Amino acid sequence: MSKEEKKINRRDFLFTASYTIGAVGVGAVIWPMIDQMNPDKAQQALATTEVDISSIEPGKSITVLWRGKPVFIKKRTLEEIAEARAVKLDDLPDPQKDEDRVKDGKDEWLVMLGVCTHLGCVPLKDKGDFNGWFCPCHGSHYDVSGRIRKGPAPTNMEIPKFEFVDSNTIKIG
Amino acid sequence: MSDHEYVPKSKAGKWFNDRLPLLTLGAHLTDYPTPKNLNYWWTFGGILTFCLITQIVTGIVLAMHYVAHADLAFASVEHIMRDVNYGWLIRYIHSNGASMFFLAVYIHIFRSLFYGSYKSPREVIWIIGLMIYLLMMAAAFMGYVLPWGQMSFWGATVITNLFSAIPLVGESITTWLWGAYSVDNPTLNRFFSLHYLIPFLILGLVVLHIWALHVPGNNNPVGIDIKKPSKDTVPFHPYITIKDAFALLVFMIIFAGFVFFTPNVLGHSDNYIPANPLVTPAHIVPEWYLLPFYAILRSVPDKLGGVILMFSAIFILFVLPWLDTSKVRSAVFRPIYRQFFWILVIDVLMLGYVGAMPAEGIYLILARVGTVYYFLHFIVVMPVVGYLEKTDPVPMSISEPVLTGGAEASLARKVNDKV
Repeated sequence: MSKEEKKINRRDFLFTASYTIGAVGVGAVIWPMIDQMNPDKAQQALATTEVDISSIEPGKSITVLWRGKPVFIKKRTLEEIAEARAVKLDDLPDPQKDEDRVKDGKDEWLVMLGVCTHLGCVPLKDKGDFNGWFCPCHGSHYDVSGRIRKGPAPTNMEIPKFEFVDSNTIKIG
Repeated sequence: MSDHEYVPKSKAGKWFNDRLPLLTLGAHLTDYPTPKNLNYWWTFGGILTFCLITQIVTGIVLAMHYVAHADLAFASVEHIMRDVNYGWLIRYIHSNGASMFFLAVYIHIFRSLFYGSYKSPREVIWIIGLMIYLLMMAAAFMGYVLPWGQMSFWGATVITNLFSAIPLVGESITTWLWGAYSVDNPTLNRFFSLHYLIPFLILGLVVLHIWALHVPGNNNPVGIDIKKPSKDTVPFHPYITIKDAFALLVFMIIFAGFVFFTPNVLGHSDNYIPANPLVTPAHIVPEWYLLPFYAILRSVPDKLGGVILMFSAIFILFVLPWLDTSKVRSAVFRPIYRQFFWILVIDVLMLGYVGAMPAEGIYLILARVGTVYYFLHFIVVMPVVGYLEKTDPVPMSISEPVLTGGAEASLARKVNDKV
């Protein structure tokens, strides 16, 4: 009896070892098949864009394409900045100060991804109940700081990584 | 398989059948005992098979001319429409064929709901059918992206963004689906690949669907178990094949009506504008067959909640056989459930209508009412009504109401009226 048990244990070990090695092998083959779908090197190479902003008038904005997505660059007027800063944080679904959405000393420049955080449509400028943007797809309203105020979008429009190369040029990415 | 063992008549046939019993399978499919009271709602299985074959054949042909590249896709579709011999015909059959496929599958699903075809012992047939339906939606969605028009692009953007609602890993999943940082050329490329694959997966599931059907045999309008073969059954061929063929002809007339007279009525004109990642169309709508789910998605003022509810609306159907507590299959003998069934039909049609309208005002209210009823129907109505309802008497066999007189005869008339 004990001899037989010992035999079974030995076979169990072989089974377990085979299954384990097999699983590792399958995993090693499956991962490349999954990872090939992630952005390739050509996509990653498009990571930065430089934009000339010298021609934008106060109160106006331009839209540029970065990584296939629109980026809104808006030169805000003093009234618009004041309006954005007068909002109480308690009134915001995703509380964030306007100061934290712009670069210090460049308060007039709002640079953000023009992508609704709900399902990715491009919001329309100068529309909606909060003097900012309005997404026509499912009715999200953003304020003059690009913060979500009303509608199904969960968060404020995203601020991408960007820097001022000089006073007339910004580099996104 | 059939009770008797099939023996081919010819020597060559016997030789072959001993090695691969394909002829036995053919004989089984020909003789397959089918309830003799099947009505025209039962012809949609055959019609759906026709739709699948049509989509595969026209799709393979279109793929010979289509170019899956963001810069060339739109022009290649126009090339098919204008330059390729009969390209317009093949593309219109394919694009309208998708709509006809869904029209038929919705009738097929509601047939099953009315006559209780999802109930024991046919749960597995039902679940395989739902898997086919899910794959159909995936195939239709990816196919709609291929012409790379405005609706293609923004439809793809909205639907892939549904996955970004998943906590923590949502963004990574969306980027992984895209193969880029937005819907772009890699997305189009992989959608084409998968769009070509899925119909063959569906074909495989259809084989399993029919196999699972042939184990218990067909349900029927009175929903009772029958002996097979018996005086309650007829052989599949020629009785059912000829009935299916007639229904298919009528279906093809309607299909041809769309293709030849109004090929774009079910599409959206914005899809004849090339994709532009900087401009979202003012009013994004999915194809009509996805509208009820779109209405459910938009009825919730919360991103994750809307996505969860929309997927739940589909996945709740998988547990339907266990939510229905009634012992009687066919709604013909279920006076209360029958009324709720029609409310559900109206509810789904209404959701489809409001899904095409802007999500505001009265439409938003209707969408919310419709969504609430949709879930109540499955979670509350089906278990409770099945438990409380006093059902009408069910005949002992399909033949019985016809052969006996008196009260039974009146019941038979009732059955015939309803059916």
